[in-house]
Amino acid sequence: MTNTDNVGEDDAVETDGDANSDGYTDDDEVITHAHGAGGGQMTELVDAVAVSQFADAAADVGLAALDDGSVQPIDDDHSVVVTTDSHVVTPLFFRGGDIGRLAVSGTVNDLAMMGATEPLALTSSLIIEAGTPQTTVERVTESMREACEEAGATVTTGDTKVMGSGEMDTLAINTTGVAVVPKGGHVPDAGLSVGDRLIVSGTVGDHGISLLSEREGFDFGGDLESDVQPVNDLVRAAMDAGEVTAMKDPTRGGLATVLNEMASKADVGIDVEERSVPVSGPVSSAGEVLGIEPFDVACEGVVVMGVASEDAADVLDALRDNPKGEDAAIVGEVVDDHTGQVVLDTGFGRRYLSPPEGEQLPRIC
Amino acid sequence: MCLGIPGEIIEIDGNEARAEFWDVEKTVRIDVVDEAVEVGDHILNHAGFAIRKIPDDEVEETMEIYESFLEGDEDEALEEIGAGEGEQLGIEGR
Amino acid sequence: MATNAESGDDELQFRDPEKAEQLTDELEALMDEIGEPVNVMHVCGSHEQAIAKFGLRSILPDDLTVRMGPGCPVCVTNMPEVDEAVALAEEGKIVATYGDMFRVPGTEKSLADARDEGADVRVVYSASEAAEIAEEEPDREVIFFATGFETTAAPTAAVLTSDPPENFSVLSAHKYVPPAMEVVAEMPDTDVDGFLAAGHAATITGYGLFEDFVEDYETPAVVGGFEPIDVLYALARLLEFIRDDEAGLENAYPRCVTEEGNVPAKQQLWEVFDTTSGEWRGIAEIPDANLVLSEDYAHFDARERFDIDVDPGAADPLTEDCICGDIMAGQADPDECELFGEECTPQDPVGACMVSSEGTCKIWLEYGGQPDL
Repeated sequence: MTNTDNVGEDDAVETDGDANSDGYTDDDEVITHAHGAGGGQMTELVDAVAVSQFADAAADVGLAALDDGSVQPIDDDHSVVVTTDSHVVTPLFFRGGDIGRLAVSGTVNDLAMMGATEPLALTSSLIIEAGTPQTTVERVTESMREACEEAGATVTTGDTKVMGSGEMDTLAINTTGVAVVPKGGHVPDAGLSVGDRLIVSGTVGDHGISLLSEREGFDFGGDLESDVQPVNDLVRAAMDAGEVTAMKDPTRGGLATVLNEMASKADVGIDVEERSVPVSGPVSSAGEVLGIEPFDVACEGVVVMGVASEDAADVLDALRDNPKGEDAAIVGEVVDDHTGQVVLDTGFGRRYLSPPEGEQLPRIC
Repeated sequence: MCLGIPGEIIEIDGNEARAEFWDVEKTVRIDVVDEAVEVGDHILNHAGFAIRKIPDDEVEETMEIYESFLEGDEDEALEEIGAGEGEQLGIEGR
Repeated sequence: MATNAESGDDELQFRDPEKAEQLTDELEALMDEIGEPVNVMHVCGSHEQAIAKFGLRSILPDDLTVRMGPGCPVCVTNMPEVDEAVALAEEGKIVATYGDMFRVPGTEKSLADARDEGADVRVVYSASEAAEIAEEEPDREVIFFATGFETTAAPTAAVLTSDPPENFSVLSAHKYVPPAMEVVAEMPDTDVDGFLAAGHAATITGYGLFEDFVEDYETPAVVGGFEPIDVLYALARLLEFIRDDEAGLENAYPRCVTEEGNVPAKQQLWEVFDTTSGEWRGIAEIPDANLVLSEDYAHFDARERFDIDVDPGAADPLTEDCICGDIMAGQADPDECELFGEECTPQDPVGACMVSSEGTCKIWLEYGGQPDL
């Protein structure tokens, strides 16, 4: 969100070459919205400011893997899984959820994506803009508590900071999650093998389309809402029913992004049957009207998993037994072809499904 | 260009209408559409404006044109919508 | 896209895979009869989107090439026009823009870049939203950066003729397609056997204006819709004309297009806009294809109201290697460009063909372009 409160008719935007008070000049690369949008620029940024900065710890899954969390052994029989996320969302309270629910679900789900379905502890750090009503913050943390209860998790430690009015946008939350798994019992996002089936646990694009519509004031009538929810119980059911080889949750960048990431990390190709992918009527319709593909926008209550082919039917049944997984479907297969790429059978022909670059905007052309 | 989406008018209020596009609704302006619209009419929406009133039977007629074309009858279909049989145009494989 | 929608079944008929298969069989049969490669040009970004999204190129006959001409209003919007919008935003005014234009680079930056730097740029879905912003912010100037072809100019005209607030104005970068089709048809290297004309632009203008075009250039044209079945059917009719060596014209989108078009919208369009010559990005000057506000509407013309301080600045040296113009004129493919996918990517575009959601280069990079599928 760009804070434009201070730009009025007579205020031109400074673009002269002098260094400003933070010490950078126009010649320095500046961080832009594109860096936060999850595409190539974000990858570059993460590499420059994170991966290349920190020495790799002894880990089963380390920083460089850029998985949903890290996995480190603590003794011969156990590993600890750690994940962290910062959450900024506008509006704070949206149809289907709020920033608190998003924060808890996001972190519980990231742990679950690593195969850690029993969170041990969550942290919650709040950064609050001065002037924010206390009741707003209380509503948020109450929602966090509800989401924790749903997930069987709890917040055990945290932090609170207040910034000056106008120095940030209302509220930001960082959550970190910790869980323990049996040594070797974690699930990487790079684990796909040729022959695996791909399962999606629920309808896609709900969060992204709903939030965009709400934020931009598109009044589409009643039925669009975010799907934000913890899905660790769903993942547990799946893992108990069969061999889950890889997992990722399609948050920013959507289904298209995670399928491509899973394909390239495992060095395999993926074939998807477009018509098998579950999309709700309202999301599909709103996507048509706005010119935005549901595959390209965030889901916050869905899992994409690679499953050993012989277990696919059992895992699907286990998912569908849970109300959160009632729309689960087998959508594709891992193939030994077009390595690192995802091909979509559209029902008419075939095309590559590529990850979207940047924030999806409504289009008229 | 451009993205044009068909929808059905469900409510009218001055130069605006509420239209249904499959499973969602949206408000569209109806002041540039080619003829007056009523509730129940279908329109083509572009950038929040209805730019065409889609005649009720057009979808059906269009499908019939396509059908007839595939059967080799498109010349007749264009003159007499719904013609089911007629001369072949010598296109093999039908 | 997969849909569980139960209503609107009518439209889903236009996505019937069985009918698609029958139509592609028909295309194969026609190509056999024609016996040599055929080049079809379409002039509509949404046609390119439809073809790419449904994977239609993977099922078209090998010798049938369907390529996009100058049909992307975002692609052909010149850098100085983007610069004008950016300049206004940097002066502290509110600039409203369609999502399509938001990240298109000007000489130095895009409106998205300007917003990151603190300018008040708002993405709107409709021209009417821009006027609403002006009503909600009576103390600020609100400029609508009006882009798009005639289909989109009609809504802009409607907003201007319905009493917009005094603090509202329009920076028109609208374009008019038919003159551009003529320029392309006249280019010596153009090798187009038939035109797939844009169905939604024709909804406004009518198809009658193509009668002279097909006669003058002795090339057939079919006005097509945008569902997969519409596109395949339109191509089949075009191939029939080509097979018969007939410079025919057909309306294959009768549910939206008539000969006269949308008469009231057309009248309003030409009341509000005049044509003028201008440069289309990469395709040099096209006579009478830029839409500017007519004298009667000068009051709402941002170019009249403001003294826009546009400093063209130094053009990016890479733009010399940019072949967007050739690509748009249908004379080259994206993978023939040195910069494609290297220096020119969606996150770092050189030409607008890579930025616009309907730009040929972006679609090629996104969907894999010419399929080996």
